[in-house]
Amino acid sequence: MSPRIGVITFPGTLDDVDAARAVSYSDAEPVSLWHADADLKGVDAVIVPGGFSYGDYLRCGAIARFAPVMGSVVEAARGGLPVLGICNGFQILCEAGLLPGALVRNEKLHFVCRDQWLRVENNTTAWSTRYDAGAEVLIPLKSGEGGYVADQATLDALEGEGRVVFRYVGGNPNGSRNDIAGICSADGRVVGLMPHPEHAIDALTGPSDDGLGVFYSALDALKPLATAG
Amino acid sequence: MARVVVDVMPKPEILDPQGQAVAGALPRLGFHGVTEVRQGKHFELEVDDSVDDETLAKIAEGFLANPVIEDWTVRRVEQ
Repeated sequence: MSPRIGVITFPGTLDDVDAARAVSYSDAEPVSLWHADADLKGVDAVIVPGGFSYGDYLRCGAIARFAPVMGSVVEAARGGLPVLGICNGFQILCEAGLLPGALVRNEKLHFVCRDQWLRVENNTTAWSTRYDAGAEVLIPLKSGEGGYVADQATLDALEGEGRVVFRYVGGNPNGSRNDIAGICSADGRVVGLMPHPEHAIDALTGPSDDGLGVFYSALDALKPLATAG
Repeated sequence: MARVVVDVMPKPEILDPQGQAVAGALPRLGFHGVTEVRQGKHFELEVDDSVDDETLAKIAEGFLANPVIEDWTVRRVEQ
């Protein structure tokens, strides 16, 4: 049986359909999860997709964090469930405390929408094992509040522990500290990134298929669980 | 009933590009001498007598502000 990967839809989510399509491309089964329903439907992993949940009111991700489904996601993540937050999903995971730091308004204020080169800095997380360490990938970035910030001690810890997963190369698009595009939790099961791997799964509709590796990686992360269970 | 004001400001070490944009626009509008602008949020809450200061602090720190990037103050104001 193929792994079942949940994709959450909040009011204002935009990229749940593309995320589900990316899951299908990686031969897993996408399962729709609804913000108001705390039931995770027994999924093996969860993707918190991009968009503008709750209209970005108050702060990006600040309201979504309190949705019933997020209570279940936080609890499951603490038990090792792989969770991927993309763009607004990354913001939500930071607000929920699953990842450190915060995302703030881009340095130059402009909404940035472009194909962005990233370097894979850590290929041992639940969402990055299919990449070679140091590989450079081309993934669309589309965000107005994508600047990653954290206090210096947190940045030092992230760098020291190898928890920067993706880093911008060829110019910092938004003022992120240390050119950080994506980070992971201490156990490597929770990953958040601002660029959109689900938009780069097919050369017909994206700049590359470099993003597919993120979704295939989750399958690798789930294999030991499948054989154990 | 009481009115409570919660002000939320970006921490000093956090870049505030919105405030910078406002500061940059002022000279173009003919206003000189403003050396810095920081932009934050101002909340006005109407609360009944059951809401104590400790609860207000939880509301401010846990929801209205993100303590990673923002400082906050709570004050009760005369109606």
